[in-house]
Amino acid sequence: MSDSLVGAAAAQVAPAHADPIHSQGTVAVADPQLVRLLTPEGERLDHPEYSRYAADLTDADLRGFYRDLVLVRRIDVEATALQRQGELGIWASLLGQEAAQIGSGRAMQPQDFVFPTYREHGVAWTRGVDPIRLLGLFRGVDQGGWDPTEHNFHLYTIVIGAQTLHATGYAMGIQRDGAVGQGPDGDQGTAVVAYFGDGATSQGDVNESFVWASVFNAPVVFFCQNNQWAISEPLARQSRIPLYQRAQGFGFPGVRVDGNDVLACYAVTRAALATARAGGGPTLIEAYTYRMGAHTTSDDPTRYRIAADLEAWRLKDPIERVKAYLARSGIADSAYFAEIDAESDTLAADLRAQCLAMPDPAPLALFDHVYVDQTALLGEERTAYAAYLDSFEPAGHGGKGR
Amino acid sequence: MTATQHEGLSVPTATRRLSGAKAMVEGIAQEMARDPEVIVMGEDVGAYGGIFSSTTGLLEQFGAARVLDTPISETGFIGAGIGAATEGMRPIVELMFADFFGVCMDQIYNHMAKIHYESGGAVRVPMVLMTAVGGGYSDGAQHSQSLWGTFAHLPGMKVVVPSSPYDLKGMMISAIRDDNPVVFMFHKGIMGLPWMAKNPRAVGDVPPEPYEAPIGPAAVVRPGGDVTVVTCSLSVHHALDVAEDLAPTGIDVEVVDLRSLVPLDRETVLASVAKTGRLLVVDEDYRSFGLSGEIAATVAEHDPGLLRRFARVAVPDVPIPYAHTLEQAVLPTRERIRAGIEGLVGP
Ligand SMILES: Cc1ncc(C[n+]2csc(CCOP(=O)(O)OP(=O)(O)O)c2C)c(N)n1
Ligand SMILES: [Mg+2]
Repeated sequence: MSDSLVGAAAAQVAPAHADPIHSQGTVAVADPQLVRLLTPEGERLDHPEYSRYAADLTDADLRGFYRDLVLVRRIDVEATALQRQGELGIWASLLGQEAAQIGSGRAMQPQDFVFPTYREHGVAWTRGVDPIRLLGLFRGVDQGGWDPTEHNFHLYTIVIGAQTLHATGYAMGIQRDGAVGQGPDGDQGTAVVAYFGDGATSQGDVNESFVWASVFNAPVVFFCQNNQWAISEPLARQSRIPLYQRAQGFGFPGVRVDGNDVLACYAVTRAALATARAGGGPTLIEAYTYRMGAHTTSDDPTRYRIAADLEAWRLKDPIERVKAYLARSGIADSAYFAEIDAESDTLAADLRAQCLAMPDPAPLALFDHVYVDQTALLGEERTAYAAYLDSFEPAGHGGKGR
Repeated sequence: MTATQHEGLSVPTATRRLSGAKAMVEGIAQEMARDPEVIVMGEDVGAYGGIFSSTTGLLEQFGAARVLDTPISETGFIGAGIGAATEGMRPIVELMFADFFGVCMDQIYNHMAKIHYESGGAVRVPMVLMTAVGGGYSDGAQHSQSLWGTFAHLPGMKVVVPSSPYDLKGMMISAIRDDNPVVFMFHKGIMGLPWMAKNPRAVGDVPPEPYEAPIGPAAVVRPGGDVTVVTCSLSVHHALDVAEDLAPTGIDVEVVDLRSLVPLDRETVLASVAKTGRLLVVDEDYRSFGLSGEIAATVAEHDPGLLRRFARVAVPDVPIPYAHTLEQAVLPTRERIRAGIEGLVGP
C-alpha cells in the first residue's frame, strides 16, 4: 500500500492538509437546501414548496405534535431508566430524533406501511403501537413485540439496511394489488416508508433498494435519519456528499429537511407520500438531526465524541422550539404545558408498573412458530425438553399443554 | 490452561494472567509491529476498540492507516479485504457478529474461500476473518448464534474456535501468518469482558512474547476414563466445570477441546472414545446438520464398535430466543451438560 494512492481522492477536497488516508468530512450544517418551517427559536418560516403541506394544520394538530414529542421523550427516558435498573435487556434511545419521527409518522395515513429500524419508538407511537409492546420486546417476553399487520408497522430490523429492500418489495406488492393512484387525485393510494440511518446508507441492501424502487417506480419513501453517527463512526466515514444528493444518481428526488423541526418533517414526508401514493415513485428524505444519547444502553459515547457537539445540538432541541412557537402564538399556554407534563408522568409510571408486571414467557414457547406447522423434529425436541424440565421440578415450566 | 499444554512445541513458560480480549489484542499488536502488511478493518474497530474489545488500543498504537473504521458495509470490507490480501497485505477483518455473515456470504465463501483453488494455487488470500459468536447475554436471534458449523461446512477456509486466552493470542498469531483464509470465531463469553457473565476461565496464563499456537491439533484439557466430552469455545469452560463437579461422584470425565473445526483433529477424538466408549458432544451451534453429527459420523466410520453410548447437547433447532429464561433453555448450560453426562453413565 502506498500513501500516494490512497491519498489521491482526498487531496481534491483539502489539498492543504490532506489526510492521506481519509476524506475530509462532509457538508456544513448550514446547507442552503435544508427545508425548515420552524427555527430553533420557534419562529415559523415560509418555504416556497413545502409550506402548503403544513398549511392546513389546526391549532389542535399543533398542540398534538407537542404532546407527541413530550410523551415519546418521556417513554424513552423511562425505558432508559428501566434498562439501567436491569429491567430491560437493552434500549436504543431516540433522544434528539423525536421531531423526525413524529413529523414523518403523523404525515402517514392508516393504510400506509412502515419498515422501521430499532430506534423508531416515536414512529411506533404514531402507528398506535402501545409503548408497553416496545418494552416487552426489549425485556424479552416475546420475540417480536407487536403484530405488524395490526399497525401497518413492521417488526424492528436490527441487521442494518435489510428493511429497505423489504419496504421496496412491499411497495411493489401494493402496486400489483392496484392500491396506488386511487382516488380523484391519487390521494387515496397506499405508500410505504422505510426508515434507516446514515450508517445504513453504505450497505449494499440500501443502495440496491434505491435501484429497485427507482426502476420499478415503487411507492416508497426512504426516510433517512442522519443522526451523524453510526455507533462510533461519524458521518464522514459514510459519505463525502450530502446523503440526500445520492438520490439523484438513482433517478429520483432527494430532499434534506431539518430533522429537529417537526413541521418541516411532517410537510416534507407528506409531500413525498403524496407523490408515492399517486404513482409518482420514490423519494429520499434526509432528516438532518443528532443522536443526543448513546448508540444504545451498551455504548459509552465519551470514548469517541466530544461534548461540544452535543452542546451545539442541544440548542436545536426539537421540543423547545415547538413550545416556544405555541406559547408565542397563543396556541397553548402554561396550563397546557403543565397538563402534558402531568400526562407524561402518569404514562411513565403506568408503563413502569406494566413492565415490571410482565410475566416471563413459558419455557416451551421457544419451540413455537419456527415453522407454520410444528415439524416432527421440533415436536421431539419439545417433548425431550419438557421431560428434562420435569426432571428438576415437576410442572414448574408453565405446563406441557401449551 | 497452561503454556505447556501443546507437547512438541517449545513454548515459553514465564506468563502473566490476561483476559481473553487482552490476549487476543496482544497477538494482533505484536504481528502488526512485526509485519507492516498486517492491517485491521471493520466497524468500530478504531476509537471504540471493537464492540467486544478485540481491537482496543490498536488505533492509538498503529494509526488510522492501519486500523480502519470502515463504512457500514460488510460486503465492502470483506470484499476489499480479499482484494488487499491478494495484493500481499494480511488483513484482519472483523465481522462484528458472525450472525451478519448473511450480508456478505458471497464474498466469504465464493471468493475468499475459492480464489486460491480457482487460480490453480497462483493466488493466495492470507486474511483473517475474525468474528464474535455465541449467546448467553440476551442479544436475540440475530446476534447470538455460533454458526461455526456453517463455515466449517464450506471448503477453502480454516475455522478456528479457541477457548482460552493462551489460544486466543497464539492461534490469532498463527491465523495471521497462515497463507489460507482463516475464520477466527471468538466467543464473547471467553473475552473476560466486565459487562458479561463473570467467567474465571476467561482469564488465563499468557506468555508475553509472540508465539504460535498451532491450528489443527485438539487438546485433551482434562483426562478422564468414563466419558468423553468433545466440544469447543465457551462450552469447554462449562464442560470443565461440570467435570470437576462430577469428580467426587466417581464419574471421570475427559474433555476434548477441538480448538479448530477445519482442520478437525479426528485422531484425538477417536483415541478418547476408544478409551471411554461414551461420547457426549457439546455444541453451542444448532443440533441438526452440524458439528455433533460430524463427530458421530467420524466415530461410526472408523469403528462403530467403539461407541457404547452417544448423546449431544446442542441448541435445538429453533432460533436463539431473546428472553433470558428461554435463551438459557436452549444453550448448552452446565445443567444440560451434567444431565447429558449422567445420562451416558446411568443405567
Ligand atoms: C449488517 C449489520 N452490520 C453491523 C451491525 C452493527 N450495528 C448496529 S447499529 C450500527 C450503526 C448503524 O448506524 P446508522 O445506520 O446511522 O443508524 P443509527 O444507529 O445511528 O440510528 C451498527 C454498525 C448490524 N446491526 N448489522
Ligand atoms: Mg446514525
